[in-house]
Amino acid sequence: MSIILELFFTFFKIGLFTFGGGYAMISIIEYTCVEKKKWITDDEMVNMTVIAESTPGPIAINCATYVGFKQKGFFGAVAATLGMILPSFVIIFIISMFLDDFLEITFVASAFKGIKAAVGILIVDAAIKMFKKMKKTTLSFTITACAFILLLIFDVFAVNVSSVFLMIAAAVAGLSVYLVGKARKGGVGK
Amino acid sequence: MIYLDLFLGFLKVGFFAFGGAYAAIPFIREVVLSYGWLSDETITYIIAVSESTPGPIMVNMATYVGSTKAGVLGSIIATFAVVLPAFLIIIFIMFVFKALIKNECFKAVLGGLQSCVIGVIAATGVYMTYKNVFFSKSSGIFAFDSKTALFTLALIILYIAARKLMKKGFSPIYFIIASAAAGMLVYA
Repeated sequence: MSIILELFFTFFKIGLFTFGGGYAMISIIEYTCVEKKKWITDDEMVNMTVIAESTPGPIAINCATYVGFKQKGFFGAVAATLGMILPSFVIIFIISMFLDDFLEITFVASAFKGIKAAVGILIVDAAIKMFKKMKKTTLSFTITACAFILLLIFDVFAVNVSSVFLMIAAAVAGLSVYLVGKARKGGVGK
Repeated sequence: MIYLDLFLGFLKVGFFAFGGAYAAIPFIREVVLSYGWLSDETITYIIAVSESTPGPIMVNMATYVGSTKAGVLGSIIATFAVVLPAFLIIIFIMFVFKALIKNECFKAVLGGLQSCVIGVIAATGVYMTYKNVFFSKSSGIFAFDSKTALFTLALIILYIAARKLMKKGFSPIYFIIASAAAGMLVYA
């Protein structure tokens, strides 16, 4: 099968099962693109998440474009992104015609209640997997812990702060520690 | 012209909505309300539908508004517009990224971001579980649901067991299907 078609169908499948927002999808992308297809490495997976998180747009689209482009350039990116969008497009298009009736179906509502519980577990597990692979220094550990605790506090107390600000703070912290460390080393060297 | 409005409106959503689905909701709301496309109540319904169907909320919202305001063509235009900024920005970054990746300062920044993103993801997962168990009614008022608490606990045990037993890796897709089936049994 040509790589373009493979990208399209793989992301079509991922798009079909991306419930509960971008983070839930990260665990599916990780399994498919890193473990199964070996399209990207563990390191790239983390970098991709970072890029997706710090650029506008849905994380799912960012990831599909990234993997598609890496495999087969512009057309690979188009194929992967199209594949990613198509399932939700078709489903929502149909739903838009019957929205009110849809939520009334007990059967549908119960299934989605079950899925809602599963999604939280998947997201936490995705984070645990990434944490295990992270290079652990005092700095990286502190940043992860602070981000976790702060965001949880913001969420629970409904403080409307975008996670983008946490990301900016972390970037500044990473850069400052590096620059300070370098300046000290430079001083000793003389 | 409705097609142009849809295109520009959702281009704006796609360009400015940083930091994942939940961070994007306030911005989507702002744009959708300012054009008078949806009422606040309909927005809540679509968020609920988006959470229960595959795909990013932003994309779902664009498809829905486009379809109800201007049919098939409208939904295609709105969806295309909401995705376009993300698509172009990633391609741009990938050209620059190759040169940047060897730079030490950039590596330090990326290291900080990587650690942060892990914390952000973990907090989102924990918060979603917490909200699902302790605020089971969509009204946002405290309502502990012991059934959901037990259900979640059972799923966690099942998940850990499945991951231990299947050495080759365990696809989250099966877990989602299993949880949907279990949900039908428990909640129906």
